[in-house]
Amino acid sequence: MLPESIAISAVLFAIGVVGVLTRRNAIIVFMCVELMLNAVNLTFVAFARVYGFAGQVFVVLVMTVAAAEAAVGLAIVIANFRHRHTVDLQAIDLLKG
Amino acid sequence: MQNYIWAVPLLPLLGFVINGALSLFGAVHLGPADPSLPHEAREVALDHDPAEHGAPTRPRFYTAVTIIGCLVVALAFALGVAIFVEMVQSGQTQPFVQTYFPWMPVGDLQINAALQVDQLSILMVLVITGIGTLIHIFSVGYMGDDPGYARYFAYLNLFVFFMLVLVLGANYPILFVGWEGVGLCSYLLIGFWFSETVNADAGKKAFIVNRIGDYGLLMAMFLMFANFKTLDYTGVTAAAGNLTAGGPLATTICLFLFLACTGKSAQIPLYVWLPDAMAGPTPVSALIHAATMVTAGVYLVVRSAALFALSPVAGLTICVVGAATALLAATIALKQWDIKKVLAYSTVSQLGFMFVAVGCGGYVAGMFHLVTHAFFKALLFLGAGSVIYALHAAYHETHNHADAQDMRNMGGLRHYMPWTWILMWIATLAISGIPLFAGFFSKDEVMGTLFDRAQDSTLRDAHWLGIPGGLLLYTLYGIMLFAAFLTAIYMTRMMLYTFHGPNRSGDDERPLLREAPWIMTGPLVVLGVLSATGGFLNLPPFFPLFGAPINLLKNWLDPVVGPAIIRTTHGVAVETDPTLGVTLGVIAGSIGVLGILLAVIRIKTTEVGNAVPEPAIERVLEHRYYVDELYDRIFVRPLVALSRTVLWKGVDGMIDGAVNAVAWLGRAVSRAGAAIQSGQVGTYAWVLVLGVLAVLGAFSLFLYA
Repeated sequence: MLPESIAISAVLFAIGVVGVLTRRNAIIVFMCVELMLNAVNLTFVAFARVYGFAGQVFVVLVMTVAAAEAAVGLAIVIANFRHRHTVDLQAIDLLKG
Repeated sequence: MQNYIWAVPLLPLLGFVINGALSLFGAVHLGPADPSLPHEAREVALDHDPAEHGAPTRPRFYTAVTIIGCLVVALAFALGVAIFVEMVQSGQTQPFVQTYFPWMPVGDLQINAALQVDQLSILMVLVITGIGTLIHIFSVGYMGDDPGYARYFAYLNLFVFFMLVLVLGANYPILFVGWEGVGLCSYLLIGFWFSETVNADAGKKAFIVNRIGDYGLLMAMFLMFANFKTLDYTGVTAAAGNLTAGGPLATTICLFLFLACTGKSAQIPLYVWLPDAMAGPTPVSALIHAATMVTAGVYLVVRSAALFALSPVAGLTICVVGAATALLAATIALKQWDIKKVLAYSTVSQLGFMFVAVGCGGYVAGMFHLVTHAFFKALLFLGAGSVIYALHAAYHETHNHADAQDMRNMGGLRHYMPWTWILMWIATLAISGIPLFAGFFSKDEVMGTLFDRAQDSTLRDAHWLGIPGGLLLYTLYGIMLFAAFLTAIYMTRMMLYTFHGPNRSGDDERPLLREAPWIMTGPLVVLGVLSATGGFLNLPPFFPLFGAPINLLKNWLDPVVGPAIIRTTHGVAVETDPTLGVTLGVIAGSIGVLGILLAVIRIKTTEVGNAVPEPAIERVLEHRYYVDELYDRIFVRPLVALSRTVLWKGVDGMIDGAVNAVAWLGRAVSRAGAAIQSGQVGTYAWVLVLGVLAVLGAFSLFLYA
């Protein structure tokens, strides 16, 4: 069971990374970040079956943080969209040096 | 009383502080007295209304500045006299040195702020404060209408302070402070009317030319410290006793000291600033550029007599330069038309006389001529000041822009200014060396000393550039006689053009010419008496006049310069042979009389202004041998060109380039850094992922491999 679970979560994580690196739409990038988080969650759960339930506790923690992050992150995306009428990440570069 | 010596220089300093404050306060512009006046009316009120000439407006704080300015110097003089009297009564021979605080304690170098009272310094104090007081009083009249009245007196007080520091200091650095200070005051006062470029330039010229001389003084001090480990007069004098006579060290130090003297005392090659210094107010010319500051070089040589006595070569150099200066300046003075320029070149020439005296070891003769010269040259300058004042007032009233200093605009002034006329003739007779006047005795002593040294002294035995010293000194004696002859001629010429013959000032101005007020003629009378009787200071033994005491100054200065003189004369005190002394005196006296007679016969005052073609030699003299032009070509222009090309474009370019390169480098680095921060989240993510991969890869390779 364990190697399969690790393999699936590695594939999920890689899909998330590629999505973050290649996509320009802020919402999709956001979703890919969530995908990466959940890939990690899957690993935690898989390991919890072998090494005890500490991993399950971590998963709850990560989900809580992800929920908070989703609230804040989406709020930022929406606020930005209201001002600039775009969610394209390449157009958002106000902090460049 | 000597414990109060600190008060002598500090009193004029106090005057400077108060007058300076009043000057600053008085310069505050309070606006027109009545702002409601229409603009045109105000203009008229400010302009020189002929009707207002009766009551000239006094500058602000006129009374306070007058009282403070004159009183501090007079008090310093009184204190000086008290100390002098006490010294005469006690008959002390050791110098009185008072140390106040350590000034520069650096390792071996121990320099104290200390004052020294001895026969030489108190003599200088009396001359400076005595004549200074008279000139301050004269200035009250001369500068009375000037808006910068308080500033003028502040500078003049400051000058007296620095001059007193110069002569009272107990070591060379203190002397140097005074030396630089009087240079500063000289600069400030030459450019007193700085709104005209010519005056400001003259001040700058004096300052810059003197810098060259200061280099000599600094080098001499470095050498003294390196070899003697002290800069106190007492220490240097003691150390000089252990030095080999005629050695290269003594000669080098002496020549460097003399370089300083050529700057401050206007000798060849650095004399060019003094004639230009006449741009300042005339009392300044009298005090600074005739009586006191320019004689500082003579004082320096006499002060360092112990060193100069060791170096016959340096002594001969001084004699040659002094004689050359005396002759050169005297010839130039023959053809000048500006009354102050005549006196300026006369001063340069007379300073040459003093240097010939101190150069050949006649320190008493040099100091004697310094003192008498201070009397009669101050009188001549102040007299010229009276003349200029009268002429200027007349031209001012008639709105004529003629030159009030040009002798071609004078003539026949004896009818209008009898006092000035008589007094200036006294000074002229004194400077020409007419028997019984002050200048006769001092100049005769200079010449007599020169003759004595030519007969037997260390100088006679030395060689100067291969010329035997004896031959050289006899030649110089002849040159000095000729210079004295020229002195009588140019002074008589000046008197004739100024006071005799027809008046050339203009028909409108003639009725307006009048004698200066008493506050100006008063000091002239005092100086006239001194010029006539100054010779009694040091009557030669073979000329006992009315049974007056002889050799007063010689005996007085003996504790200071006696050992040095003895050293120059092979260890024996030379007494001039009476027959020879009288012969030399007769020669010197008749030279003066001859010069005056020749001038009176040859100069036709009625022919002034006729456009007669002048011989080439006269044109050369009138243009001062083109020395200024020569210096301009040789030194000034190449220096300016060099600064423009090499320093400005070259060295400056390199320094600027280095500085700019550093700035450019910083900017380039920051640009590169800024480019990394693109603001693109995607890029950041890429870098992050690549970084993680690199770290993980490194771990896999090194940790598990």
